[in-house]
Amino acid sequence: MLNETTAAPKTNAWNHRHLLDVDDFTPEEFEIVFSTADAMSEILSRPIKKVPALRGQTVVNLFYENSTRTRASFEIAAKNLSADVLNVTSTASSITKGESLIDTLKTLEALGANIIVMRHNFSGAPYLAAKHSKASIINAGDGWHAHPTQALLDLYTIRKHKGSLAGLKATIVGDVRHSRVAHSNIWGMTKLGMEVTLCGPPTLLPYGLDNPGANFPKVRVENQVEKAVANADVVMALRLQRERQQSGLLPSVREYVERYQITSERLKKAAKDVLVMHPGPVNEDIELATESAYGEKSVINEQVSNGVAIRMAILYLLSGRQGEL
Amino acid sequence: MKNFLIKGGRLVDPAQGIDGKFDIAMADGKVSWIGAGEPPKNDYTVIDATNLTVTPGFIDLHTHLRQPGFEEKETISTGTAAAARGGFTTICSMPNTNPAVDNRATVDYVKCVASREAVVRVLPIGCISKGRRGETLAELGEMAGAGVIGFSDDGSPVPGARLMKQAMEYAAGLNLPIIDHCEEPSLAEGGQINEGIVATRLGLAGIPNAAEETMIARDIALAKLTGARLHLCHISSKGSIDLIRAAKTGGLKLTAEVTPHHLTLTEERCLGYDTNAKVNPPLRTYADIEALIGALLDGTIDAIATDHAPHTENDKCCEFALAPFGISGLETAFGSLMKLVHSGKMPLPLIVEKLTAGPARVLGNGFETAGSLKVGNPADLVISDPAAEWIVETAKFASKGKNSPLAGEKLKGKVIVTIYNGNIVHEEDIR
Ligand SMILES: [Zn+2]
Repeated sequence: MLNETTAAPKTNAWNHRHLLDVDDFTPEEFEIVFSTADAMSEILSRPIKKVPALRGQTVVNLFYENSTRTRASFEIAAKNLSADVLNVTSTASSITKGESLIDTLKTLEALGANIIVMRHNFSGAPYLAAKHSKASIINAGDGWHAHPTQALLDLYTIRKHKGSLAGLKATIVGDVRHSRVAHSNIWGMTKLGMEVTLCGPPTLLPYGLDNPGANFPKVRVENQVEKAVANADVVMALRLQRERQQSGLLPSVREYVERYQITSERLKKAAKDVLVMHPGPVNEDIELATESAYGEKSVINEQVSNGVAIRMAILYLLSGRQGEL
Repeated sequence: MKNFLIKGGRLVDPAQGIDGKFDIAMADGKVSWIGAGEPPKNDYTVIDATNLTVTPGFIDLHTHLRQPGFEEKETISTGTAAAARGGFTTICSMPNTNPAVDNRATVDYVKCVASREAVVRVLPIGCISKGRRGETLAELGEMAGAGVIGFSDDGSPVPGARLMKQAMEYAAGLNLPIIDHCEEPSLAEGGQINEGIVATRLGLAGIPNAAEETMIARDIALAKLTGARLHLCHISSKGSIDLIRAAKTGGLKLTAEVTPHHLTLTEERCLGYDTNAKVNPPLRTYADIEALIGALLDGTIDAIATDHAPHTENDKCCEFALAPFGISGLETAFGSLMKLVHSGKMPLPLIVEKLTAGPARVLGNGFETAGSLKVGNPADLVISDPAAEWIVETAKFASKGKNSPLAGEKLKGKVIVTIYNGNIVHEEDIR
């Protein structure tokens, strides 16, 4: 139904009703998403970027937290697939005012929502939603927990450049503790055979990674950024929230810049064809020096356009329409 | 009131050093005879306890009854019914109600409602500070006169060390314990579960062990200084055990309790964002469980207390961060503790000791009789089946709080009959 010239990927191995995280994905499922996104990229390269795949379906963007970028990316993705799109923004304060998440979901269901894209400031909120909703839930970022579509677009971007992910080395630098992007990427990268090194101020690194156990994939922690980026095939910088300094996790932003900023000097230690990534929006000259953010190694703008393809792929896979191909 | 003769059971009464096949008779609400032959002549209702265990009624040092103020979560009536189902014949009610139990009138209110509606003994605990605000001392002397068994701001710690010192000095003069919820507020602030790998995986803010341990260290120092009796609530970490063990060796008047859930469940129960496993202090790791069991075995911990904290389904059916802390624990306490017996980690008589004689010693002041079946003591008694398998169906709880992480789980070990003051207050239908 996409178009006769687009080879539709095999999707019979796909059995997720919701996309809550990538921690339960098999390598095959990642590949289904990637090959579906390849098909979507092809659509995006056409002069008219619109197919009828989700005609008659309603996609709701339910955002409890502001994120123009992610919301816009989902909106464009849904519209490219001809879905009806409804944007609902709310604030955490409306929860405490007595309108529970479950009440809101029931209302959206009554309005005919088929897929609910949900951004929430509380970790785990999409899991609660999935338990109580007939619609498919897509986690568009929950608290400090997960951001699966961002991880998928990051992995897809790496795959486009490197072919295969197995054996590649990734280094994630910055506020890993509070980064849902980092958390989902750690799962995805390690599942697909990459080695992951985490680097950042100790107050911004996650707890318990020194503990053995199958709870979280094994990753390496390296305090010195020069050592962390050495031979890395991918260097991903994370956005630094200013309030980390106010809450006593950092002495100063200046000190952070000095010790952890990804500069072209530090990137010389990485692999020659290193990819510089960032989930955006970049605080220029804080986590990334301007020359690395926009340099030839940067794929940050590609990440944004791949995001639309990945989100189209996820919407398509969750829509239940792929059986019609 | 009937007279009971309970025959053929395994009688376990640690206070008297009894563990064996003995019959026990109760007349006029008191234990009247223990032996192996013919009991003294009387008109008995005979209960056959073959293959069952007969013990003193359990004592819970830490129960939240929620009345006054939060009757939708629990009342003295429903809470004591839950206690009876769990084998508890004496429960100590925490004062974090609304209004808080911080003065004589509220103590009297709790005792008055209990005298009318409770099916087991309710011993109120009074607040340490007025309104549990941690600012000024509550009227400790007045409440002592009204019959509280100790003082606690449970639900919260006493943040200021100076106020805690004054409370200890004052309580020592009343010969009543300070019962402390140990949590350093600035370390625990915003925390949802144990700080560690599971918190990382779920993206939730953690509560470190050190939040508990730094407060315990402070309070031990203050107890040393003041000579007060200090009872530490719901100990959860290995580091806390080390501190308590050392302090007890130093001869301090220090006692401590642990909950069934901290003895049997780890932080991993929170995976999937199960708000029923959200409890304060948080469920910790297997290494902590091992240390807690070791501390029961060597006497570092004196009692097992439920920290029964009922909440409505609505309260718990929400985002993890918004859910209140607490587990409805009275009705699953015995069954979950039997996991430790069946796995060979603890002998049954020791579990019984920590539910009877141990907490009775913590209470002191004449309440010791509640923990033993000595002839002449009140007839508070539990008959349980260590081998009975059952599924935890929270819908059947007598407690209004259905918030249990064990919902749907199979437990082995069940309370069959609970007798309080010579009356049957709970009897399992499937006997
Ligand atoms: Zn407490």
